[in-house]
Amino acid sequence: MTKSRTHYLNVNHTVGSWLFTVDHKRIGLMYLGTILFFFLLGGIAAVLFRVELMTPGSTLMESETYNRLFTMHGITMIFFFLVPSIPAVLGNFLLPIMLGAKDLAFPKLNLASWYVFTIGGLLGLGSIIFGGVDTGWTFYTPYSSTYANSQVILAALGIFIAGFASIMTGLNFIVTIHKMRAPGLTWFRLPLFVWAHYATSIIIILGTPVIAITILLVAIERIFQVGIFDPALGGDPVLFQHLFWFYSHPAVYIMILPGMGVISEIIACFSRKRIFGYKVVAMSSLAIAILGFFVWGHHMFVSSQSMYAGMVFSILSFLVAIPSAIKVFNWTATLYGGSIKLDTPMLYALGFIGLFTIGGLTGLFLATMAINIHVHDTYFVVAHFHYVMVGGMVMAFFGGLHFWWPKMTGRHFSEMLGRITAVVIFIGFNLTFFPQFIVGYLGMPRRYHIYPEEFQIFHVLSTAGAAVLAVGYLLMAAYLFHSLILGKRSSRNPWKAIGLEWTIPSPPPTENFIDTPVVDYEAYDYSLERAYEDDEEDHS
Amino acid sequence: MSSPSDHHHVMPVRTYLNVFGALLVLTVLTVVVAFFDLGPLNVAVAVTIASAKAYVVLLYFMHVRYSNRIIWLTAAAGFVWFVLMLALTLSDYATRGWLPYPEAW
Repeated sequence: MTKSRTHYLNVNHTVGSWLFTVDHKRIGLMYLGTILFFFLLGGIAAVLFRVELMTPGSTLMESETYNRLFTMHGITMIFFFLVPSIPAVLGNFLLPIMLGAKDLAFPKLNLASWYVFTIGGLLGLGSIIFGGVDTGWTFYTPYSSTYANSQVILAALGIFIAGFASIMTGLNFIVTIHKMRAPGLTWFRLPLFVWAHYATSIIIILGTPVIAITILLVAIERIFQVGIFDPALGGDPVLFQHLFWFYSHPAVYIMILPGMGVISEIIACFSRKRIFGYKVVAMSSLAIAILGFFVWGHHMFVSSQSMYAGMVFSILSFLVAIPSAIKVFNWTATLYGGSIKLDTPMLYALGFIGLFTIGGLTGLFLATMAINIHVHDTYFVVAHFHYVMVGGMVMAFFGGLHFWWPKMTGRHFSEMLGRITAVVIFIGFNLTFFPQFIVGYLGMPRRYHIYPEEFQIFHVLSTAGAAVLAVGYLLMAAYLFHSLILGKRSSRNPWKAIGLEWTIPSPPPTENFIDTPVVDYEAYDYSLERAYEDDEEDHS
Repeated sequence: MSSPSDHHHVMPVRTYLNVFGALLVLTVLTVVVAFFDLGPLNVAVAVTIASAKAYVVLLYFMHVRYSNRIIWLTAAAGFVWFVLMLALTLSDYATRGWLPYPEAW
């Protein structure tokens, strides 16, 4: 037992060693810091407009400010937090380790992606500092073109640049999964986390260029007066919506698929069972990735889109529910007869299953053309996508962060506080967003801060929930930070999980594996003794 | 790590010159065609010529012709997705006229 083992964190302490690192684990942590900053920023915006929404009138701010706050919330949360969250942090950290590799295929490209993302993020930040954007995160024309009176170009440029970071990460993942699997690690022995990231990377590579081109077209129209989206110049504003949603609907799956990968890992570990229907769950990720590209027109039922196109998109949207349902049913089937332990990551995973199911099923309401017309652009839509994005993706992100925290930092967080916080967040989340389903159904439109008095009770409930949610997040920040300094040292495999990442020390050495591992077992084979063997590793 | 397909295929300079020539001819063709009004075929012809150029660049300049099947699949995926985007967008534009515009009440 040595006093201090060398690992990726203590191998070098200089700032330069971080800024010029090509170690996927360090880059993952740099991404973590960056996206948490944007999460905080988007969260502050949300708190501010939720307080404003407690009263039916305009109390704290003017409409102009309100518009800029909800746009800031949307842009930062989607493009600078949710899209990179799991892939760039947990994916970056874990994917090479799960494959038995020493790093990603292109380590320098990986570092470049962080710089590109940060530059994009800074431009986005600049757009906020210089006055903000008032178009909503969707940048619909003509708000973003003919009638733009805010920092549209700066924000769009930031998103354009951050998109390239996504492409770099996606490309890196695909090549790494194809080329760098350990001996014996066949495609159907891969952890479902890897399958989910493979599917996500495909969407990123096929979809992201389209949003980049679309943003470029907006810029070309404004600068050179070429008619693309502006009817006065011979363009069509609805074309923007087609191009925007061609990327942005699949982007929902970019955000949720990695979360589903995390959930598969957690469910298997805390049920001590192989994921029920492993192959089908793996394939359902690819099915979601592909079908996700066929459904974008369901955002446009009340635009001037043809009714016939609407019918096609409505039917296709129902199809994408099938692979999502396969996952939910198979996770539930995995739980059946499992020896379930309700540790912190598992609480988040169970929360995910319930909340994602509500989010997904209300998506079917919205894909139904007649119902869509009733609830279009109401709080019903807001509640729906927050159930998927926050109830689904953010829950999965925090579940994964807790699950792999001992691996990443070598420290344990307080399990008791972890469980309490998971419950607080679950309650806060539902209190925030469930009333929004009701008030939306009753007719409260999104993106307005002045509303009829009969809706006030729902907004008060929602704001109260947001406060509970904020307490949960702050509590989590506090005990995770505390664990970094005073947390109990973690062993190699604190959860007794199966997977290559649990065979190496916590925190891992820079090169991950001293000897290339050979995989002669299936994923999640919890019948293996290695899951229960005593951990003789040094607690260095 | 390296398999035979990883090695770069060395192409004679002649092939590059031929491809360059083909691209020039196609460009001239684009310009010439622009002087004739082919009615609804205007766009179709222009897109066909442009696609032929892209195809040649993809096969020779980008070495796809000499690459392995996974590269073929990747290149094909890009093309299929582009067609998907056009086709589903056109499902809107091509069918907008199917319903008569409602008359004022």
